Amino acid sequence: MIQHEWPLYEVFVRAKRGLNHVHVGSLRAADHEMALHHARDLYTRRNEGVSIWVVRSDDVVASGPDDKDAFFAPSGDKVYRHPTHYSIPDSVPHI
Amino acid sequence: MEGVMSEQTFTATIEKDQRIEPRDWMPDGYRKTMIRQIAQHAHSEIIGMQPEGAWITRAPSLRRKAILLAKVQDEAGHGLYLYSAAETLGADRGDLTRRLIEGRQKYSSIFNYPTLSFADVGVIGWLVDGAAICNQVPLCRSSYGPYARAMIRICKEESFHQRQGYELLMTMMRGTEAQREMVQDAVNRWWWPSLMMFGPPDAESPNTAQSMAWKIKRHTNDELRQRFVDMSVPQAEALGVTLPDPDLRWNDDRGHHDFGAIDWSELKRVISGDGPMNTERIANRRRADEEGAWVREAAAAHAGKRAAT
Repeated sequence: MIQHEWPLYEVFVRAKRGLNHVHVGSLRAADHEMALHHARDLYTRRNEGVSIWVVRSDDVVASGPDDKDAFFAPSGDKVYRHPTHYSIPDSVPHI
Repeated sequence: MEGVMSEQTFTATIEKDQRIEPRDWMPDGYRKTMIRQIAQHAHSEIIGMQPEGAWITRAPSLRRKAILLAKVQDEAGHGLYLYSAAETLGADRGDLTRRLIEGRQKYSSIFNYPTLSFADVGVIGWLVDGAAICNQVPLCRSSYGPYARAMIRICKEESFHQRQGYELLMTMMRGTEAQREMVQDAVNRWWWPSLMMFGPPDAESPNTAQSMAWKIKRHTNDELRQRFVDMSVPQAEALGVTLPDPDLRWNDDRGHHDFGAIDWSELKRVISGDGPMNTERIANRRRADEEGAWVREAAAAHAGKRAAT
């Protein structure tokens, strides 16, 4: 028998207005529409969301854990990007 | 050299109590053990729909039907969260289902017992889900990130399962003498299998040491079993039922309840396939898979056709 495995989708849920969509897990569905319905049934059974995104897992482009150091190195040595890099006397207010 | 570095990173991550994430390097043994642990848990949730599902049409009121329906739907949801976690390790959920149906992967032995009366629905919520919560709360700190996150969702929902069961039993205990007898009978049948849910005694659990080192198991089987017994005794008293163990009593020196010897030959028998319901549970799962095949194929064909136009 031929096994028709549906593609994998990643699910993102916005818990309430004003918050970002957050990744909550994945599911299998035949198409986008079914993925949305399944995501609603699976991840928002108790009012966990007001908005859902689904995206095919094989469309996600991700950085690898192995290139962690080199990939994120450009921000590693730029301490001057942080406010604490600058010393201001305590006597100066509101800064 | 790279392999050595990867192994050091893995070990250091676990020592710092941080999580391993899907694309991190991990030892083959860790990956295999995690897939087995998560799949067995997922299968248990899916097979676990059957004992209570059998009572949905016979629940005594619309309220109880709605509760039971929501609970069984949660079990399906838990199974799906867990298959999702297993897939992050490279497993394929279709393949996992086939392994379940072919008897190559296991599920919790507790679901191989029959549900003879509606009181069983309450006792499953109270004792079986109570034991599951004992097992699962520490797994919210599993070193494998996707599993830990799935467990957090599951534990939140299990609390509803346990409370609806206990409330159902309280209602029956306030009813007729016959209803109270049904509750006591269900407790008598489920108590010992619930204790077996924690697995063999520590002395006969050879994988425990490795699993504790990897932080995919946080307490030993006997520790969790003791915790469950200590939790259940006052709950049984409040309910007005007797736990079927003449050796059960408080031990002041240990600060825990002592309890009688567990019949481990029964657990072995049920795990190896000879429980009262093993054959039926798997036959039902196989039938659902086979009878649903045309729906999955039709949906895939429909999606393919729409994508082409």
